[in-house]
Amino acid sequence: MAERKLRVLVGKPGLDGHDRGAKIIARAFRDAGFEVIYTGLHQTPEQIVAAAIQEDVDCVGLSILSGAHNTLLPRVCELFREKQAADITLFCGGVIPDDDIPGLKAAGMKEVFTPGTSTEDIVKWVKDNVQPHA
Amino acid sequence: MALAEKILTGDIRAAARLMRDIDDGFRSAVDELKTLYPHTGKAYIIGITGPPGAGKSTLVDQITAAYRQRGKTVGIVAIDPTSPFTGGAILGDRIRMNRHADDPGVFIRSLATRGHLGGLSRSTGDVVNVLDAMGMDVVIVETVGVGQDEIDIVSMAHTTTVVMVPGLGDDIQAIKAGILEIGDVFVVNKADRDEADRTVRELVTMLEMNPDRGKGWQPRVLKTEASRNRGVEELVDEFESHRTYLHDSGAIHRLLEEKNAKQFMEILRERLFNEVYGHIEVNGRFREIIAGMMTREKDPYSAVEEIVAERLRLGR
Repeated sequence: MAERKLRVLVGKPGLDGHDRGAKIIARAFRDAGFEVIYTGLHQTPEQIVAAAIQEDVDCVGLSILSGAHNTLLPRVCELFREKQAADITLFCGGVIPDDDIPGLKAAGMKEVFTPGTSTEDIVKWVKDNVQPHA
Repeated sequence: MALAEKILTGDIRAAARLMRDIDDGFRSAVDELKTLYPHTGKAYIIGITGPPGAGKSTLVDQITAAYRQRGKTVGIVAIDPTSPFTGGAILGDRIRMNRHADDPGVFIRSLATRGHLGGLSRSTGDVVNVLDAMGMDVVIVETVGVGQDEIDIVSMAHTTTVVMVPGLGDDIQAIKAGILEIGDVFVVNKADRDEADRTVRELVTMLEMNPDRGKGWQPRVLKTEASRNRGVEELVDEFESHRTYLHDSGAIHRLLEEKNAKQFMEILRERLFNEVYGHIEVNGRFREIIAGMMTREKDPYSAVEEIVAERLRLGR
């Protein structure tokens, strides 16, 4: 009877208003059978972490197109560690220059998806890399 | 430490995990709920129901803000539909209310219906109990967007609020059976729209024709514009009036009796079903019966009688 369903939070930190990518990813996750908590635009790092904890998600996908990724995303990673929630897998996507990727991964982003990545690839990555909490 | 004990000391992650265990049907969750049960029964539970797009989430967001202003802690359970094809779901109620996410006096949980009809998920009652045990003063349950007949919320909430919007149909809609009979409070949201006053009138007329008119609680129709925070204070005052009425009139007693009976019967039904079905699924009888029905050698009525009789005898 008991079966874990994968729960993922999709959100947009910061101030850019472009949520089409995030919505497409949310839809692809739904079609993959995940429960997607969509928090929408203009989220602070604090709101993202609190929502992820209250919703007991297995992973968090952040979409960012504003160019502020080097400021916002490391802060999100740090907050997850601060709240003893480092077991939640973090990944992100958006307009992110290749040179910035190593720094984001070092900060705690497990994967960084750049423009042109197919939704199939992202869904596959989640299935391969995220286990629902025991 | 078990999850329940952690929850009672204020551990948020433990609460979130237990809600997950409940939703995923873990047996261990039942033991945790046993521990929490004596700590429940204190929260005031408000149900918010109505058609998709009526503004329920936005209203919940504003009601939450109003109760926080009044110094109350608020738990929220928001339900959205599961895809019948993939089992996936997009839970988007938080979009309207996530400004409260990092307020320690608010806890929001999104649930998917997972195939359950009636406007709620199967797990909703138990998740509400966890919020209650966490010490939330008010718990708001937002149903999935409903049509005409999804009324599970009535046996969950102390005060049921039906949210309507202008322009959904003529006044025949208002005299049909179903969700329009269950409101303790009616709200016409998006009240800046042209047809708002007509919708209010139709609802008022419907309520005036109620055979119980003049006896007990008299539901009123309020107007709100949730997105501009208009009418929300009056709505919260109306909740508090209804709550006072329930206690002063003694109506709370019958409400809780019905609620408890329903909860007990649901748990019993589920447990009995799992007991019987789990057994025949594992030992292969289930497949045999289905195969027998295909050839018409076995009828489902006799099969059920035999299996239930067997299991009950074993348990004696």
